[in-house]
Amino acid sequence: MKPPPFRYECPSSLEEALALRQEHGDEARPLAGGQSLVPMLNMRLARPTVLVDLNRLPALDGIAAGNGHLEIGTLTRQRRLERSGAAEPIGALQDALPLVGHVATRNRGTVGGSVAHADPAAELPLALLAVGGSVVAESAARGRREIPSDAFFTGFLTTALEPDELAVAIRFRHPLPGETSALAEMAPRHGDFALALAACWLRIVDGRIAAARVAVGAVADRPLLLRRAAEALVGQEPSPDAARAAGAAAAGSVDPTGSLHAPPAYQRHLVEILVTRAVARATARAQEVVAIDPLPGGQARPPHDRDGILP
Amino acid sequence: MTRRLECTVNGRRVTADVEERRLLSDFLRHGIGLRGTHVGCEHGVCGACTIRLDGAAVRSCLLLAVQADSAEITTVEGLATDERLHPLQEAFRRHFALQCGFCTAGILMAAAELCDEVAAGTPVPDEAGIRELLSGHLCRCTGYEPIVAAIAEVVGGEETQPA
Repeated sequence: MKPPPFRYECPSSLEEALALRQEHGDEARPLAGGQSLVPMLNMRLARPTVLVDLNRLPALDGIAAGNGHLEIGTLTRQRRLERSGAAEPIGALQDALPLVGHVATRNRGTVGGSVAHADPAAELPLALLAVGGSVVAESAARGRREIPSDAFFTGFLTTALEPDELAVAIRFRHPLPGETSALAEMAPRHGDFALALAACWLRIVDGRIAAARVAVGAVADRPLLLRRAAEALVGQEPSPDAARAAGAAAAGSVDPTGSLHAPPAYQRHLVEILVTRAVARATARAQEVVAIDPLPGGQARPPHDRDGILP
Repeated sequence: MTRRLECTVNGRRVTADVEERRLLSDFLRHGIGLRGTHVGCEHGVCGACTIRLDGAAVRSCLLLAVQADSAEITTVEGLATDERLHPLQEAFRRHFALQCGFCTAGILMAAAELCDEVAAGTPVPDEAGIRELLSGHLCRCTGYEPIVAAIAEVVGGEETQPA
């Protein structure tokens, strides 16, 4: 038997689920797709007393556009969102989805589960942080509240959710005209945990970047917004030079923790490349240009550089 | 604590009392003796335990058996019908797309979902798309080339010469 013993609860209504959450607090773990929690149970890294299975709550499963955002029910499978086309206008989310694990884990893994799990190397939390948005949380005692993405990720696998709350929906900000975003990562194999990843969001007004957000993952205890990298972009014309300047600013403002396959110096190097790449991709998207090529002097592209935007 | 589980496995009704923390992979193998589903890493990385749950290819090591209540499950034992191999199994044989066979059951189930999606109108994936699917399955024997060729043949609907 792999997981440690727990009490299994399978509520059939959100009210019931919230009541269980209120009753057991930190002792209970909500189970959404289980693609992160069940491995932790199998390895006995998590030992909840009660497991609250959310998979019989169809009310939490759905995709709706409205009020300036795309609202995704917490239990919506990643694969469903990927195939729905609803993420297409939100570049960073569109880029993120195919990078989340594998088809068979996206078939089960949920959007809300990934965001609430808050893995610093995960794609969906990073995309949410980069484009901005919020997590809709609900508790039996206090009803609903909206937690802005900037305040949601508070530490390693830790969020601003209270012990009696459930994340019921994730809201990704919908782009206004002139707004664009993108995400890029480096992983040993497709679907592996990223060695590093980066995402950016840009607002381009009259041919200049009027506002920017740059976020990186897998280099700290949580996905991080990098103010200096964003500042390097504001006021600039979207260009390969601006993308590279953002990459350099990003590399200079992270203090990577390093991981088994990527020591800190390599992670810093990846941050530079991936921020540059994300900015270039977002820019290309805004200009509806297929690819831009910031490589100096017509240098040949490395064969793995599918986007043609390695700095 | 045990809980009553009623589901359909390869078209057969199954009713069992299972311990709540029993993984679906272990239930299939030890509970009802379907040992075609293999268990490798038990944390969702290797892909060997992939089965289909209500049509979707999923990791059976990342599901509790009790979560499969009222679901329709297909395992590798359910691919062939009446002594006829599934086209994927035929292609794997023709292309020598397996050696030890440990990863094969999981790959077949993921590829079977792809075949069904293509049959339902999803565009035929190119080689890169097939390799992306296979990134979720670790094979330590074949070097993947014959596996890619076998799947490409079936989803592409064209018979190719084994390398």
